[in-house]
Amino acid sequence: MAKPQLQPVAANQQAPARSTDLQRYYHDMLLIRRFEEKAGQLYGMGLIGGFCHLYIGQEAVVVGMQAAQKAVDSVITSYRDHGHMLAAGMESRGVMAELTGRIGGYSHGKGGSMHMFSREKNFYGGHGIVGAQVPIGTGLGFAHKYKNDGGVCLTYFGDGAVNQGQVYESFNMAALWKLPVVYVIENNKYSMGTAQARHAAGELYKRGEPYGIPGKKVDGMDVVKVREAAEEALAYARSGKGPMVLEMETYRYRGHSMSDPAKYRTKEEVEEWRGKHDPIDALRAIILEEGVATEESLKEIERKIKDVVADAVEFAQTSPEPDPSELWTDVLIEM
Amino acid sequence: MAIQILMPALSPTMTEGKIARWLKKEGDAVKAGQVIAEIETDKATMEVEAVDEGVLGKILIPAGTENVKVNEPIAMLLEEGEKADALKNAPLPTITKAVASKEEPKADARPALSVVPAAPQPAEIPEEKEYSKYVKLTVRDALRDAMAEEMRRDPNIFLLGEEVAQYQGAYKVSQGLLQEFGDKRVVDSPITEMGFAGLGVGAAFGGLSPIIEFMTMNFAMQAIDQIINSAAKTLYMSGGQMGCPIVFRGPNGAASRVGAQHSQCYASWYAHVPGLKVVAPYDAADAKGLLKTSIRDRNPVIFLEHEMMYGQSFDVPDEEDFTLPIGKAKVMRKGSDVTIVAFSRMVSHALVAAEKLAEQGIQAEVINLRSLRPLDTATIVESVKKTNRLVAVEESWPFAGIGSEIAAQMMEHAFDYLDAPMARVHGADVPLPYAANLEKMALPQVENIVDAVKQVCYRQAA
Repeated sequence: MAKPQLQPVAANQQAPARSTDLQRYYHDMLLIRRFEEKAGQLYGMGLIGGFCHLYIGQEAVVVGMQAAQKAVDSVITSYRDHGHMLAAGMESRGVMAELTGRIGGYSHGKGGSMHMFSREKNFYGGHGIVGAQVPIGTGLGFAHKYKNDGGVCLTYFGDGAVNQGQVYESFNMAALWKLPVVYVIENNKYSMGTAQARHAAGELYKRGEPYGIPGKKVDGMDVVKVREAAEEALAYARSGKGPMVLEMETYRYRGHSMSDPAKYRTKEEVEEWRGKHDPIDALRAIILEEGVATEESLKEIERKIKDVVADAVEFAQTSPEPDPSELWTDVLIEM
Repeated sequence: MAIQILMPALSPTMTEGKIARWLKKEGDAVKAGQVIAEIETDKATMEVEAVDEGVLGKILIPAGTENVKVNEPIAMLLEEGEKADALKNAPLPTITKAVASKEEPKADARPALSVVPAAPQPAEIPEEKEYSKYVKLTVRDALRDAMAEEMRRDPNIFLLGEEVAQYQGAYKVSQGLLQEFGDKRVVDSPITEMGFAGLGVGAAFGGLSPIIEFMTMNFAMQAIDQIINSAAKTLYMSGGQMGCPIVFRGPNGAASRVGAQHSQCYASWYAHVPGLKVVAPYDAADAKGLLKTSIRDRNPVIFLEHEMMYGQSFDVPDEEDFTLPIGKAKVMRKGSDVTIVAFSRMVSHALVAAEKLAEQGIQAEVINLRSLRPLDTATIVESVKKTNRLVAVEESWPFAGIGSEIAAQMMEHAFDYLDAPMARVHGADVPLPYAANLEKMALPQVENIVDAVKQVCYRQAA
């Protein structure tokens, strides 16, 4: 494996803080990975139905962004959303049980993989229409500004969504009204099965430029670089200067959804990313190299995660299916 | 404890497949996420990844085997420190198939389609009270007053739309609001319907109460994905967590001589959608009382106004905080011979028709629906029980229209009370033409209502 390219310790960062941070990122990324692998397995066993878009490979993006957020900030994303929920602090039990369509799921089994929310954790979904979360995230930014609560909305979307008109309708309003929004383009190179070079003209991080929105390209496989870019972008948006675009260069190892034969890319390409740029392997190597933690303490983290995921799987299978009466509830709020 | 690796399904419909090849052999160390095998179906080739770490202890199904059933064990994985003889006592798969989903369907889990209420439940909404004082207001001013009163009450309410602020409203509905509430709460939007409708939904999720004005509802077609997929469905998809308190309002239906793209009634489009409320005021009292209630409602409300009514004046109850309930129709005129049901501008035509019919000895009862979802079926049924004849009037096209829905409701709830087949009066089933004569032919006229009433009363049409 190539030597991981991670940022050196920031000059002003105390060593104990960095130690804690790196171990936390390792934990959070590995939790997402193990959770997603298990979800893929449950899908294969027929316990999860419909669409299931796994986040494997992209973990550094959401964990690095989350590391720079404040509690008041809000998050919204597309349908590749399990990682965002776990990073936001949502319970793995509730997420997995939603995937299996059980009452213990975040949406009582009525939403599924693409539709989960947590007001408590300021996570606003989970949206199934490509690009539709971008105006909604812009509206969450509008609400932060209106209420003057100091919050910023992190609005995630993929490289596939960058060609939707409503993205630019949103950029225009956000720039015009200086809304506190950070637009995070998770460029995993493929819009479903169409490679970036075949679907998007020009550089994605520059897509906000005509509106005066600064953009930055970030190594989305390096959690520390992501966190640093996030800190800069969040500070910019929070200061009242308006939105910022971050293009995260990342890669999804799995197919678009579960039944994706992945004929549009080579095995060698996937192996190249997985073998040489994996965000979790890279961070693990850095942690050991810097002596931030021992092999044994990382093993301990891995064991704990295994237990957490096994517990989520158990819960997701034993939680009952929603009661038939659930069919009729939550259509409208009773007035 | 050894772990069984099971034949995965590529899709929910896959039942069996072929083990194309093994990429790991017995004795190989395996990490979670590593590809260990390839499987094939008639549709695709897929990789099997290990979910756990360990050593591939035994391959149970050799490469090349066809028709391997989903969930059949295909290999055994030894965990760290385990010996191969652990395989002798291998347990059942750690993950077992869900039991709940395999249960016999319960008796009460019948398909939703068969669920038809036995009888309409009379809405538990009190009759509209008599008011002691009235003031004359145009529909336009009534709408403005409703917004202003609500905005004074709740600082989280804001108005956003094209030309609502400095221009004072494309149809002058928001006149004076910018001056009173400032540009934080009365916001001129760019012409960007999908964008600002979605922004409104996000602001509602974020704790505000937006009023989103479409210059006309025709342009809301640009935004209909946000209205339906985001505003209407999220409460349900979130298991009740994420409500969307928002009002989408604007003029709906045919104005005058503006052609097909600017002259469409969307009542049945929105009324089709669970998760929305759809309101269509007729006069100024409706406009004020229903808009105030719509703004207070915690659900997304589609508020369908009519350009031709904006300038008309009506009596509006002169009392503090006058509101009207959503879901309650109003009997505008009592009658014993026939019931005419209408909404929005067509109530006006129905009332004129009723006067003409009275001259001919037919007493028509006129119902102003006010709300299309929920629909006040009980009030229509009560009227039909008395008159035994029904005409439904709408400006829109007939196919799958509001009149069609009322016809279906009457089949279900008032079949035994009808003495004649119900009749529908509606717009012609064509895009609205521009030429004055053709436009008039395409839209329901008072004479059409008079004729339809005579038809259901078995009187000769004039």
